Amino acid sequence: MPAPLPDIELERIEVDLFVSALKRRFGFDFSEYAPASLTRRVRQMMHVHHCDSITALTARMLHEGDFVNEVVQGLSVPVSEMFRDPPVFRTLREQVLPLLASYPRINVWQAGCASGQEVYSLAILLQEAGLYERSHIFATDFNAAALKRAQEGIYPAKDAQLWSRNYIEAGGSQSLSSYYSARYDFIRLHERLRQNITFTNHNLVTDKVFCEAHLVLCRNVLIYFSNELQNRTLALFRDSLVRGGYLCLGLRESLDFAPAAADFTAIDASLRLYRRKLHPASGEPDAAA
Amino acid sequence: MQPPEAIAVGCSQGSFHALRTLLGGIDRRLTQTLLICCHTSGDVSALCDLLASHSTLPIREARERQPATGGTVHVAPAGYHLLLENDRHFALSVDEHVRYSRPSIDVMFGSATDVYGASLIGVVLTGANSDGAEGLARIRRRGGVAVVQTPEGAEAPAMPRAALEKAGADYCLPLEQIAPLLNRLCLA
Ligand SMILES: C[S@@+](CC[C@H](N)C(=O)[O-])C[C@H]1O[C@@H](n2cnc3c(N)ncnc32)[C@H](O)[C@@H]1O
Repeated sequence: MPAPLPDIELERIEVDLFVSALKRRFGFDFSEYAPASLTRRVRQMMHVHHCDSITALTARMLHEGDFVNEVVQGLSVPVSEMFRDPPVFRTLREQVLPLLASYPRINVWQAGCASGQEVYSLAILLQEAGLYERSHIFATDFNAAALKRAQEGIYPAKDAQLWSRNYIEAGGSQSLSSYYSARYDFIRLHERLRQNITFTNHNLVTDKVFCEAHLVLCRNVLIYFSNELQNRTLALFRDSLVRGGYLCLGLRESLDFAPAAADFTAIDASLRLYRRKLHPASGEPDAAA
Repeated sequence: MQPPEAIAVGCSQGSFHALRTLLGGIDRRLTQTLLICCHTSGDVSALCDLLASHSTLPIREARERQPATGGTVHVAPAGYHLLLENDRHFALSVDEHVRYSRPSIDVMFGSATDVYGASLIGVVLTGANSDGAEGLARIRRRGGVAVVQTPEGAEAPAMPRAALEKAGADYCLPLEQIAPLLNRLCLA
């Protein structure tokens, strides 16, 4: 008889096997996600799907055709708000957009857009700054179901109250309701806001740079990543940004353990607003160029 | 009994008074990690500043990826769940609210018990909801110690009452006696 193993150790083995199965069989790589939160999601999924163990969940995923889609949705956390952290959006409006105005065409990449709340917030900001006509927003996420919701732009009406407050606090000059129509318990954002948005499936772990961006907004996604993955993703954003381009991260994210942070300067560190350095730092791929 | 490694405290309505009393009574020689999750809509760093003059140990807002150091009080930031990685560094998440709360006491207790196991004391103080009850039950199942403020004397009795019903407690004490108990357990 092998010595008994504490449940928590056993669970760690099961989570590792789950992650490895997901990666080998379906190509979704969660091996470098921060374990505490990932484990919590996996446990939750186990309960939701009435599995007796994480191993049972793994088995179901491997043997049941479409189940992996639910798994990916269960691991993704598409929780969002319009104009969450209003001071951030106010600063984008007042300080960043006027500088972006000097570009003839403006590309914005919103990575980890969840169900689209921040994409529409950005579209509204650009619209009110008179820049939307020459802007394009690439909204990406690896959660196909969330992307679909983002594209539809339909949200529960009960959320609109908070979002309207956020919008005003972020310096909005209209009423948020001028951007949506309300029907029954839902609001639907106007079609014209969608006009210059492309919604694309993109996985930050495995996919590459795909556009030249002047602003990258990626909030509350890197908090789920280990230090190494956070750093690699930051390098991806750097490589996607033009020199002097802007990067906006989540309000409580820390770059203390990401060497790639050296390629950015803070515009407002407390709001997690950065700018890609104008001159190459040593070690960057094109430092010699 | 071995002194524990960490103390996790949950509080809600009435938390300022409760935390002032608790943190003011902690022996400054304590080397344990103190984790606090309280439901405030306001700014947590401002709360830390307010509590700093009463707390015997340094108190600060917990920051993602930073180590959960001993002899320090770490408070969960508003709007995020506070978790711990196995290497005793903080992680944050914006996962769904749990029972209308984020940060959730249940989430913090659960994560702390994964890391500290039996070497954890969970404390449930005043509050008007039932957050913390589930987490405290998990702490006990893993062999940790559960302390609950006596509901009758609490500014809001619902939370300690829910904790007693769901998890029971190793100690159920009035607020003033909780810090002295923690000092005894930790300096043992
Ligand atoms: C908490 S939401 C953030 C939403 C929004 N940015 C905000 O802050 O309100 C995190 C999003 O990141 C997405 N995500 C997580 N890992 C990802 C990856 N590897 N590639 C692309 N998106 C990812 C999730 O699907 C989820 O929609």
